[in-house]
Amino acid sequence: MAAAMALVRGVRFGSYSIGRSRSLIFNSLQRRGIAACVDPSIGLTDEQKEFQKVAFDFAANEMAPHMAEWDQKEIFPVEAMRKAAQLGFGGIYVNPDVGGSGLSRLDTSIIFEALSTGCVSTTAYISIHNMCAWMIDTFGNNEQREKFCPDLCSMQKFASYCLTEPGSGSDAASLLTSAKLQGDHYILNGSKAFISGGGDTDVYVVMCRTGEKGPKGISCVVVEKGTAGLSFGKKEKKVGWNSQPTRAVIFEDCAVPVTNRLGAEGEGFSIAMKGLNGGRINIASCSLGAAHASVLLARDHMCVRKQFGETLSNSQFLQFKLAEMATKLVASRLLVRQAAVALQEGRPDAVSLCSMAKLFVTDECFAICNQALQIHGGYGYLKDYAVQQYVRDIRVHQILEGNDFFCLIHVSEMQWFSKLSWSSPALSPSSNTPDSIRQLIIETLRPEVSQKR
Amino acid sequence: MSARVLVGVKRVIDYAVKIRVKPDRTGVVTDGVKHSMNPFCEIAVEEAVKLKEKKLVKEVVAVSCGPQQVQETIRTALAMGADRGIHVEVSGKDYETLGPLQVSKIFAALAKKEQADLIILGKQAIDDDCNQTGQMTAALLDWPQGTFASEVTLEADKLKVVREIDGGLETIKINLPAVVTADLRLNTPRYATLPNIMKAKKKKITNVKPADLGVDVSSRLEVLKVEKLKEAGRI
Repeated sequence: MAAAMALVRGVRFGSYSIGRSRSLIFNSLQRRGIAACVDPSIGLTDEQKEFQKVAFDFAANEMAPHMAEWDQKEIFPVEAMRKAAQLGFGGIYVNPDVGGSGLSRLDTSIIFEALSTGCVSTTAYISIHNMCAWMIDTFGNNEQREKFCPDLCSMQKFASYCLTEPGSGSDAASLLTSAKLQGDHYILNGSKAFISGGGDTDVYVVMCRTGEKGPKGISCVVVEKGTAGLSFGKKEKKVGWNSQPTRAVIFEDCAVPVTNRLGAEGEGFSIAMKGLNGGRINIASCSLGAAHASVLLARDHMCVRKQFGETLSNSQFLQFKLAEMATKLVASRLLVRQAAVALQEGRPDAVSLCSMAKLFVTDECFAICNQALQIHGGYGYLKDYAVQQYVRDIRVHQILEGNDFFCLIHVSEMQWFSKLSWSSPALSPSSNTPDSIRQLIIETLRPEVSQKR
Repeated sequence: MSARVLVGVKRVIDYAVKIRVKPDRTGVVTDGVKHSMNPFCEIAVEEAVKLKEKKLVKEVVAVSCGPQQVQETIRTALAMGADRGIHVEVSGKDYETLGPLQVSKIFAALAKKEQADLIILGKQAIDDDCNQTGQMTAALLDWPQGTFASEVTLEADKLKVVREIDGGLETIKINLPAVVTADLRLNTPRYATLPNIMKAKKKKITNVKPADLGVDVSSRLEVLKVEKLKEAGRI
């Protein structure tokens, strides 16, 4: 019976070349008979469990068998992602009237967490694509929404989010890419760095400077591939996230119609930051999925590997280590889900919760995956075993969409502002806080700096 | 075509779960264990939905027998494309002893009540491996049966069924109304899409009791003990 069941799934796989060790890993990812405590479906509604089930099934059947190949051959899996889009994963929190699925942030987090068990890198790209589709859906006018969103939701076209530049990462508001108004076009000049999907995607959501220095001078425009003056740098060679290409995006007198601008001039920074709030939850969710898969892989390895005459699962030290990993996984999951609910409800603490979630979860989940690799011993270091890919893929989650160090500043700023007044829009973190006030906050909250004064 | 299809879906322990026998050896542990739709029932639902998409049948009704939890399984069928669901309420001791004979009586009664033209079931359930319900239902209704189907074609009011048998493939032509049981290679079940899962919430599930259908669910079988097989073949 078990053989027949393996065959039922086998019918869906297509061909995959496996050494015996790889099939062990694959089967253990398949085995969703999880210990009740780390079961990710606890506390979900029936509908959310259905979403999660589809995502897990898709991850196990369409992504996990190819995850290593996509990583080693640096393949951008367009077909697999389009299949995901057919299930509704192309615009999960985009409005249904333009082709999205209209789900909540919590539903989205659950879905990305499940998809991530199949391939972190691809899921992370899908989440970036979703973020861009949402930005156009939320801040675009009806013409823009109808022009771009349906194709993005079906993944007929792919999107990239262009904020970072060689000279401005955490200090995003100091970006230099300029957009000068000439008639009914903006002429863009400058370059963006580390753009996920850059060169292979079709729609670029670009933050550029239309006005004065600082966040208030930034606007958001949509640039389509093929526009004259748009070119790309070389494909970067990365430690992980290899199933999505990363390139510099270069603008040389690139003319973009004014009708492609999302929102008003000067709203670009706020749009970008609001996109990133959700983006942080998505990235944290991807880390959760990797950690979940790694915990299961570690547990299975411990049941199989024998040393000193018994399986590793008999070692109390390792049992405790696994218990710690499980505890941190569940704690992380709860924080991400809370942040998702807060963002969905528009609560005042939403932004800080998103930063806290990203900060805490990406760190903890990396530690969990790293520990899982350690438990595998020498085998963990081989590319035949999936755990090393999870480690490499989620390492970058601690860096992008809000570097951990920046998240700390973000959260500590929130603590300061909460003592004053949340309702004042001038104090809202996504508004143009003058650099001088920000500097004052940081110095007040970092004792070692104020001691020097 | 005004045909109505009844599809049986059973809620079973997920195929990927490691089964454990209860300490008192009266059965297997089901509390807190992940359950899902029987894989052969998924194939049956897929086939029914495909027939509806080809406009050969008008309505697909998903049926499940059991306690409150089987509504999840019916919802999954609705998310795959079934139009409405029927939940036959059986719980407690009756559910533990529910077997193919009682289920086939329920299906026979429902087929008459709903005026179904076609019943599609999975060939067997992965928990009891009985492979009896389809055949018994056909017998009770005195309908033709196409079991172990790996291909089903509707031609006017006849059904051409290719069956997987020990000797190879057998093709038969049977009259409607009929019972078909789905084998592994009949189709590949679709993933439910997010929009369909949400639409499924609005689809109706009616509750029915076996007594309303005139069916007696008491069992003539008694399980004496359930034991784990000792590991075979280890040297």
